[in-house]
Amino acid sequence: MIRSRMMKIVSGLLVLYALAGMHVTFAEPRSGIEFITDETRAMQEDEFANPGYFTVDRGLELFKQKHLKSTKSCADCHGEDGENFDTSSIARYPLVEAKSSKIVTLQKRIQNCRASISDKPLATDHPELVALETFVRHLARDELVNVQVDGAAAALLKKGEALYETRYGLIDMSCYHCHTLYPGQMIRGQKISEGQANGFPAYRLDTGEIANLHQRIQQCMSLLRADPFATDSEEIKLMGLYIMSRSNGLAIETPAVRY
Amino acid sequence: MFKLYVPDLRLCVKGRGIYNRRMKLNIFAKVCITMLAVLTVHVPVTLSAAEQSALPPPETYCEWQVENFAIDTPLCGYSGDVARGRAIVSDAARGNCLACHQLPIEGIEAYGTIGPPLAGVGLRLPVGHLRLRVVDTRHISPMSIMPGYYRKPGLINRPGKAYLGRTFLTAQQIEDVVAYLVTLK
Repeated sequence: MIRSRMMKIVSGLLVLYALAGMHVTFAEPRSGIEFITDETRAMQEDEFANPGYFTVDRGLELFKQKHLKSTKSCADCHGEDGENFDTSSIARYPLVEAKSSKIVTLQKRIQNCRASISDKPLATDHPELVALETFVRHLARDELVNVQVDGAAAALLKKGEALYETRYGLIDMSCYHCHTLYPGQMIRGQKISEGQANGFPAYRLDTGEIANLHQRIQQCMSLLRADPFATDSEEIKLMGLYIMSRSNGLAIETPAVRY
Repeated sequence: MFKLYVPDLRLCVKGRGIYNRRMKLNIFAKVCITMLAVLTVHVPVTLSAAEQSALPPPETYCEWQVENFAIDTPLCGYSGDVARGRAIVSDAARGNCLACHQLPIEGIEAYGTIGPPLAGVGLRLPVGHLRLRVVDTRHISPMSIMPGYYRKPGLINRPGKAYLGRTFLTAQQIEDVVAYLVTLK
């Protein structure tokens, strides 16, 4: 009798232990906002204190700017303050084109759309494009990141994950080493985050500038004393796609404030 | 400094709705907070462009041998200097050991919690083992996050252009660091 009760308790404990283990395995992603200091969090949450809103406002200004070629502005189609956008579609970027398996970032979409009305095309990551990207992404604040993970995206995500787990540069670490193995630990005075992308484009305290996800990855690679993936390269798009897919289900925080 | 933000002031006049109100009310607060944040939080981690261009040319790489999880012969036959080693471990641009490890050095504001604390490491490990861990700890722990401070330059994936043909630390710096670690008893 006692023995069978003991067995029950032991097996119950075993089940609990297994459940606890599962919790670790299938842990929900945690936004970078949980890893920043209280001061930085307060700065992000106060629209008046968040320096990222300079870029949002600059983006809105550009959004309303009439282009010479077509005498049109973005606002002519998308609404004076972008109110005609379907914000849930904004949360799906970067998209994967079903036929060509091409990755289309939000900025690329804006770049293409802008090129159709403007006679002055802008290069990728031009500050004006980053401002437009920041403004548009900010319209989808609180929408949940919703990147496609099946179909044409599946194979690309595999490649992206491999890049995420590859060591780079003289410091010879991968993204995985810090952002998967050690989130929550301190690297000197900074807490390591999970490297989630839901806050990007984000204002960086370290550089004093806004950075979109691709720029942030490049900055991280430079920090590793590596040769960063080139702007518009296949690698940076794959890495960006995979990292954004890790953030699926997290609320968009653009413009976040991050170290 | 004031001129830098003139375009935004213009936007105050032009803008409408929430943007207008926000800009009018808080432009000054934002400017101050931004300046403060940039001034106070910045911690340099990589070498600046000026420092990079000032790097001496890469030194000739000395081969090393692992035997019984140790490198018993000093790199290039150099002997280390404890004081220099102590300076290297706490220098963010060189060893930057404090990024991950706690060390018994006075006056350190912040250190990392990724690696094990190193107080007493000179008691726990013989000198050859210490040397291998600094040179390339992946011979002991292949998945380790710790950089190999004296890996063969050809093994590095996509090194930055300023770092081509280089090891993280020079052979002399490795020996200095090892000499310092031995004293942690």
